[in-house]
Amino acid sequence: MIFATVGTQLPFDRLLSALNDWAHLNPNVPVTAQTGAIRTQYAHLTCHTHLDQAAFAAQMAQASVIVAHAGMGTILAAAEAGKPVILMPRRAAYGEHRNDHQLATAAEMAVLSNVTVIDDARDLGAALATTLAATLAKTATVQPRLAATASPRLLDTLKDFIWLENTRPARGPLMIRGRMRA
Amino acid sequence: MPPSPSRPRPTRLLAVSSGGGHWVQMLRLRPAFAGAEVHFASVDPSSAQMVAPAPFHRFPDANKDRPFRLILTALRLAVIVARVRPDVVISTGAAGGYLAIRIARLIGARTMFIDSIANARELSVSARLSKGVADRVLSQWPGVAENHGTEFCGAVI
Repeated sequence: MIFATVGTQLPFDRLLSALNDWAHLNPNVPVTAQTGAIRTQYAHLTCHTHLDQAAFAAQMAQASVIVAHAGMGTILAAAEAGKPVILMPRRAAYGEHRNDHQLATAAEMAVLSNVTVIDDARDLGAALATTLAATLAKTATVQPRLAATASPRLLDTLKDFIWLENTRPARGPLMIRGRMRA
Repeated sequence: MPPSPSRPRPTRLLAVSSGGGHWVQMLRLRPAFAGAEVHFASVDPSSAQMVAPAPFHRFPDANKDRPFRLILTALRLAVIVARVRPDVVISTGAAGGYLAIRIARLIGARTMFIDSIANARELSVSARLSKGVADRVLSQWPGVAENHGTEFCGAVI
């Protein structure tokens, strides 16, 4: 099956409409989507406006291919699950996001072996055909899973920061002689 | 680095993030929190089960396009900070993280804002605002850190 997610905040009809059209032409492949809070009906997708964390993880685990906006939550979750993901960045010009940062995210994340980036909904069918074929050929199902931890350098930076005491006196405007007023 | 025996209680850490990618990035930082008393604060109640038995505090999601919600978010975060009384606040964004850091500075907490790895070209608005407030502001991209006068200390991947 295919799991599509466009987050839970803003609509992303350009991607979901294209996926709905694809699902209409490919009725043998079930497609589930987390759509965000929208009223649009997609007849050929099993839609959920909002999946909780456990349900999201379950859909991710069942899917053979993920289709998504270029959101880091989905990209990291797909990489941790070792699933191929097709990303289409949201564009501010179409009112799909507050800015165009997803273009940069998608461009940078394209280096991950499980990521395919499309810029136009017309490219979705070809990307799905390629990815599904690779999945069936068992080449895409052996995607290496990304370890679920940050880089050692960032973790060490955090540890030093957390355990570094007395870097400056623990005293804010609401503290008097070390005792908290509020 | 275990807490020093002279300390009356373990270092208390408040980890604050919005939902979606901000939350997923926070989860990837957890190995660095070992030994601290960690409280999480985020927007999706179902996130609590992912960090149980650690205490989880929910706050309403908001961004700069929803100023009224932002006030509710700030009030809720003020309650959370007052209850938890953290020694350290870590945030992976976005608006809620900045607000929590501002509030936590009032009680003398050490604070760090880590901008989302999604911001590969420009620093986020929340990170820019945090620059004057947080002890440390990190970008996950060296070029962004250089252009915006923040630190680069690795990334969540």
